[in-house]
Amino acid sequence: MNAIIVSALMGVVMMLSGIIFQNKSLMKHLAAAGLIVLLVANLLQSYGKYVIQVDTHNLLHFEQFGIFFNTIAIVATLIYVLLSGKDIENTGVHPAEYFALVFFVLCGVTILTSFNGLLMLFLGVEIMSIPLYILTGADKKNLKSNEASLKYLLMGSFSTGIMLMGIALIYGGSGSFGINPGTPEMTVGGIPKVSFLTVAGLILLFVSMCFKVSAAPFHFWTPDVYDGAPSVFTSFMATVVKAAGFFAFMRLFESQSDLMGATWKILLSFVIIATLLVGNITAVFQQSVKRMLAYSSIAQAGFMLFALYAGNDLAKEGILLYAAAYSLATIGVFAVLIKMKDYTLDGFNGLAKTQPVLALATTICLLSLSGIPLTAGFFAKYYMLAAVVKAGGALWIVIVAVLFAAVSVYYYFRVIQAMYFKDGAAETSEITGGFKIGLLLVAGLIVLIGLLPSVLLNYFYF
Amino acid sequence: MIPLLLISIPLLSGLAVLLLKDSPASKALALVSSIATLALALVAVFSKGALHYDAAWLPALGSRFSLMQDGMAKMLCLLTAISFPVVFAATYNNSYQKSGAFYGLMLLTQAGLMGVFLASDALLFYFFWELALIPVYFLCSIWGGERRIAVTFKFFIYTFIGSLLMLIGILFVYSKTADHSFALESFYHVKLMAKEQAYVFALFFIAFAIKMPIFPLHTWQPDAYEQSPTATTMILSGVMVKMGIYAVIRWLLPMVPDAVSGHAMFVIILSVTGMIYASLIAIRQDDIKRLIAYSSIAHIGLMCAAIFVQNRIGLEGVMIQMFNHGVNVIGLWIVADVIEQQLGTRKMSELGGLAQKAPVLAVLLVLMALANVALPLTNAFVGEFLMFNGLFQYNVWITAIAGISIILAAVYTLNMIQKVFYGQVAEKVTNAVDLSFNTQLALGILVVLVLVMGLYPQPMINLTKDTVDAIFVQR
Repeated sequence: MNAIIVSALMGVVMMLSGIIFQNKSLMKHLAAAGLIVLLVANLLQSYGKYVIQVDTHNLLHFEQFGIFFNTIAIVATLIYVLLSGKDIENTGVHPAEYFALVFFVLCGVTILTSFNGLLMLFLGVEIMSIPLYILTGADKKNLKSNEASLKYLLMGSFSTGIMLMGIALIYGGSGSFGINPGTPEMTVGGIPKVSFLTVAGLILLFVSMCFKVSAAPFHFWTPDVYDGAPSVFTSFMATVVKAAGFFAFMRLFESQSDLMGATWKILLSFVIIATLLVGNITAVFQQSVKRMLAYSSIAQAGFMLFALYAGNDLAKEGILLYAAAYSLATIGVFAVLIKMKDYTLDGFNGLAKTQPVLALATTICLLSLSGIPLTAGFFAKYYMLAAVVKAGGALWIVIVAVLFAAVSVYYYFRVIQAMYFKDGAAETSEITGGFKIGLLLVAGLIVLIGLLPSVLLNYFYF
Repeated sequence: MIPLLLISIPLLSGLAVLLLKDSPASKALALVSSIATLALALVAVFSKGALHYDAAWLPALGSRFSLMQDGMAKMLCLLTAISFPVVFAATYNNSYQKSGAFYGLMLLTQAGLMGVFLASDALLFYFFWELALIPVYFLCSIWGGERRIAVTFKFFIYTFIGSLLMLIGILFVYSKTADHSFALESFYHVKLMAKEQAYVFALFFIAFAIKMPIFPLHTWQPDAYEQSPTATTMILSGVMVKMGIYAVIRWLLPMVPDAVSGHAMFVIILSVTGMIYASLIAIRQDDIKRLIAYSSIAHIGLMCAAIFVQNRIGLEGVMIQMFNHGVNVIGLWIVADVIEQQLGTRKMSELGGLAQKAPVLAVLLVLMALANVALPLTNAFVGEFLMFNGLFQYNVWITAIAGISIILAAVYTLNMIQKVFYGQVAEKVTNAVDLSFNTQLALGILVVLVLVMGLYPQPMINLTKDTVDAIFVQR
């Protein structure tokens, strides 16, 4: 609750401060301070302390799992603002608004981690999405940014429509907006009889959630939107927002998946394989690193879907770890990408000579994304695979997944090759010492989690 | 404590050397560090019984940082520890750009290799398995030959696919262990049904077969050996391929004995096919490096076959041969490196008459080459004899076919000696000089090892006896 209230308030504060303060460079510091306040408020809640007591009439349900995810999302956003705050400022003329919108997105995220009914899910998704439509079009004078924004809005509204339709059908079938409709009373030969409407509604919900987390075959908007949006905001969309989408996805289907019976696993394995295939294979052929990262985010989504497939406790831990590992690494890579003059692979040629620190940090981030041991990404993938193996019965899908993980090494390592093994003089915009230190800290954190994931996960149990 | 130090000395000194950038001190520091490791490895060899180290690591997952050094691990740690100073000494005059990074990465590789041989926890084993690979990837891609980037990439992807399959195997066995632990003991005691054993066998064996490499998964190897900087190639072929063989003996044999027996014939046929195939290709090679690479595939094939015959004598042969093959192949690479550095070519057709110009080199090479052919009195003879003996007890026909590879080995090895060292003095050879002191020293140490191990192999058999015993007691 704390996080929802404080993030919404901080959004308003940021908006107003845009009018009050004329100094633009103040905004990022203000936003960072706001995020720290938000973090503290969220942590207070995990110790049972509330800013304001609100009776949510059981529409929201707060548990450690969700609050811990909030912490990850807020910390990731904080790192993002600290690393790329200057670039957010430079995107357009109203920096305060961008930070305000980031806070509103966080408000949506925090609702998504605690919804207890389909209506709140809908609200959360919308509160999270609408600021993103605006952020995508933040670079007003750039035609691609405008196009991406419009595309995102149209496709997003479409999926929202599907979601609403699904919710309506579920309500028609079960008479409730709750996400735990409980076991149906009628049983046919031991198998619970579920209303046809409910199942149809669930499938529609599934489709719209797949759309939000850009799982194939509902991913078509992703590359264009990620490519067209200003790079700083792509970074945010691809990390915090996406992870939150997954969290909501998992929370939604944790209890519902039983209702769909065998259909659920068939549907899900189809989506997983399609996502891994499309994301990985297409990423191989990209020449622009930014576009490659867009496809790679689809591929990573395929891995995160395993959490839904397994649906056990290990998967829950795994999705937290995956969210943290993936967000950290992607924010790191994007922070460097934004500084590059040329977004193509060739633009990275020889970066190790001109900017060794940037190259080192990017390498660690990329190693983490490809899941090499000693980085956080390894344990993220490890938990996903272990969860599915533990759930049992589907070794083949795990094998397919690791083969695609090997494909992903191909495109991630091409960037490393460009930086270290190819000659060239990669050009960057001005790099401050603080930025380098920040990047190294991110890289250090990735290695730390890669050595001792318990650092992160133990916290979850307290 | 010794097992921990064997990993941490190269690890820490490697990180320190990485920070030295271009300083010439990096070379010296790397040499000193590797000699210190060698001293420790010797202490380990002469200490009685298996050495252990154990510390908490990931309690939530049931994984511990536990190391175990029994006879086989002692022997392979010794091989690793000998290889690095010899390699550093032999290539001491080679100069590398960014030498700090080069030697740092080499030492990190050593730490990874030590970890692989010592780990007695499956997850830890997987960690080191990858840790040994990453520095090699950078070593080959930065300092390698012309086609280095593509070739190293192929090597990396190949082995990475293998590793990931092994990871699934580890996870699968882990999910079946009684106490949810990654410990070696738990893995040994896991009860798997026949079908599950077959899956696990396939998942693990592909990873190990790629690393060894076993036909038909060997295609990365000749290219990688040819394109890597020679110092790295020596480690790759001398020590790193032993990872695959070691892993089969340590993890696969005791864990899924039924599946190993069930697939033995299949694996042996693959290995023997690979032996003949690689030997035939080696005959046709003009490049010395490629010749040694293919000859290495043939030797590894024999070792793999001798493991899968699953008798005592064969396994004893493999143990000795793991060490000896490392010594011999590093010796051959050193000679190849000297030739390339001095004459600027590795093509046998452009060489000839080198013996007149460099008599010491010629003598040392001939000794190394004879060991490669497994002539009696050289170290490889003992190992190959035991392995063929084991193979013979298993199946006479297969032994006969595998035996052809001995003849073929003589053909290509002697052919190489003839073309490089005898005949007309070729144009490129005219300004060759004999060996520098450090190379003589390195080759000298190896030659002494070749002869000592050839004449008196018993200590090595005794050293690895406990591992062999343990495997045959369990079955």
